[in-house]
Amino acid sequence: MAIKDRMSGNEAVAHAIRQINPDVMPAFPITPSTEIPQYVSSMIANGEIDTEFIPVESEHSSMSAAIGASAAGARTLTATSSCGLALMWEVLYVAASNRLPIMMEVVNRALSGPININAEHSDSMGARDCGWIQIYAENNQEAYDNTLQAYRIAEHASVKLPVMICQDGFITSHAVENITLLEDEPVKRFVGTYEPEHYLLREDESMAVGPYAVSCYCMEAKRAQAQAMINAKDVILQVAREFEAISGRSYGFFEEYRLEDAEYAIVAIGSVCGTIKEAVDGLREKGCKAGLLKVRVFRPFPGEEMAAALKHCKAIAIMDRCEGYNSVGGPLGAELTAALYRVKAVSEVVNITYGLSGRDVKVSDVEVVYDGLEKLAQGENCFGEYPYIGLRSADRAE
Amino acid sequence: MVQKNTFDFREIQRRQERLAPGHRMCAGCGGTIAVRNVLKALHPGDKAVVGNATGCLEVSSFMYPYTAYEDSYIHNAFENAGATLSGVETAYRALKKKGKIKEDYKFITFGGDGGTYDIGLQSLSGAMERGHDMVYVCYDNGAYMNTGVQRSSATPMYADTTTTPTGRISSGKPQTRKDLAAVIAAHNIPYVAQTTFIGNMKDLYVKSEKAIYTPGAAFLNVLAPCPRGWKYDTPDIIEICRLAVETCYWPLFEIVDGRWILSYKPKNKLPLEDFLRKQGRFSHLFKSGSEYLLEAFQKEVDRRWEELLFRCGE
Repeated sequence: MAIKDRMSGNEAVAHAIRQINPDVMPAFPITPSTEIPQYVSSMIANGEIDTEFIPVESEHSSMSAAIGASAAGARTLTATSSCGLALMWEVLYVAASNRLPIMMEVVNRALSGPININAEHSDSMGARDCGWIQIYAENNQEAYDNTLQAYRIAEHASVKLPVMICQDGFITSHAVENITLLEDEPVKRFVGTYEPEHYLLREDESMAVGPYAVSCYCMEAKRAQAQAMINAKDVILQVAREFEAISGRSYGFFEEYRLEDAEYAIVAIGSVCGTIKEAVDGLREKGCKAGLLKVRVFRPFPGEEMAAALKHCKAIAIMDRCEGYNSVGGPLGAELTAALYRVKAVSEVVNITYGLSGRDVKVSDVEVVYDGLEKLAQGENCFGEYPYIGLRSADRAE
Repeated sequence: MVQKNTFDFREIQRRQERLAPGHRMCAGCGGTIAVRNVLKALHPGDKAVVGNATGCLEVSSFMYPYTAYEDSYIHNAFENAGATLSGVETAYRALKKKGKIKEDYKFITFGGDGGTYDIGLQSLSGAMERGHDMVYVCYDNGAYMNTGVQRSSATPMYADTTTTPTGRISSGKPQTRKDLAAVIAAHNIPYVAQTTFIGNMKDLYVKSEKAIYTPGAAFLNVLAPCPRGWKYDTPDIIEICRLAVETCYWPLFEIVDGRWILSYKPKNKLPLEDFLRKQGRFSHLFKSGSEYLLEAFQKEVDRRWEELLFRCGE
């Protein structure tokens, strides 16, 4: 039976971790993810789970210890944000290339500088090409549900890749909202136990992890790893179907909100999608055919599927909560625009940067975007050459 | 604690090699001698997981698809051997608690001085402070040999390296070497020791066995000469190690539960230049006009030796 409760995003994933009862969790404090290891430590202190916690001295060591624990055969997780994720950068690749199904709760926060603790996607977007699966949440419910699905995807025989479960710092991680939880037993049955094929502590064989490989082997290893990411697409959908059977909640690569007949679409990731839905509902009442595509899975990138869902739109705004510093735009903008080109979409496309370092996005901001899309479809570009929303000045920090 | 009090050289030499031949380390490499002998201190039949920081040892002993290790082995990156093995050791405790593993395992990780004194110091410090049941073995050859003999904080003063080259206005490395054993001793772990290759390797064996079979974190600092970086005639390695000890450049000692114990006190302390003269990296110290450098180096070695004697209550 479903349990109605109210909790923050961090509490929600901690609740999921309690239900999963993983073997090892190394973690290092950083705002705003630090509540997750705090909750886990409390559960351990009270005997609610038998996870071994490693209070490491840095995030680099957090990921390094996670790699050691996972290679040794333990179901392993960690949590981090922002600069902590950046400090792990080197070993994120090692985790993925060793095909270790580690779960990481990423509470998205701006990278420095200036140092800022609020929501932004620059941290996980900076790590988008390190070989990890990335699944994003709009709210606490999705953060909880995605956490429960994570190991099923990561540990699947055709995948064996680490996975980041992402939620927006403070907006999701700290805001308390209603949530529907599953009971412990169905969760345990759904997640199952971890039975790796090869691991360091397997008593009947020795294993060596982390070789030096010369050019005649490396390229094949990398292609095989790329195949695992391709394989993850089917597994993500299959796990989502099984999850729907126990929860009644349906998930895919993305959510289409009033998109089917939409003429003007926004594509976005994370908590801002709640605000966009509100704007869409208001605009629909006024007769404007507004819609939303909310990205859930960014790695593997479901470009073909997204483009197919969007190609009928007259104009599309792709929103990035991340500055690309490339003079063009953000990562979602770049990749989705390329995917639309491949399906020969004729839609007008604009890439907009928003919400950096926790800058609030209001329903009225979103309405301005839809208004701009209508004009764009008629040949009038009011977004400017380098579109931002919610910005006071393009050249001064005043 | 399981400890054998006798040193049976023949029995130990008959034990199975845990570092198999066929690896690509240089002939006469000190690092390989350290690894073979440390692993020999594992009692026959005992299981272990071996860790390794990036360096000569890693890229030469685990080249895909071949591994030289009979035991399970993990290399992660350059600076994280301490953290990596702490993850493995924690996984062992977690899985043992859940009944998924029955047998006992020991955890031993190797790093060169670059990966230990410098880039891996934080990760090592964390692993030692948390008290994981593991041994960190530094094979100290006093420079980044894998990348071509760059100086590290373990490089002795005045050594000629590729980033402290001797030149018209340079006499090699200007700084003295970091005393890592003392740094690790300050973590108040149960066992720290410094050793090298002496005689029939008894000192190295005994200290390795204590480090491996002492519950909790342990650290071994093993002087492991590199013929290429030190520029000596390869077969001279054992003589060079003997001179390092007899000149008190590399004293042998242990720190057991905080108590400093001198393992060997030379009857006649030899002048430092006896150790330096055989090595090309110090050849500039033997040119006329460089006597003051030898004098300063001798003074530094004397000061540290006196400090060690004081710590050991000698």
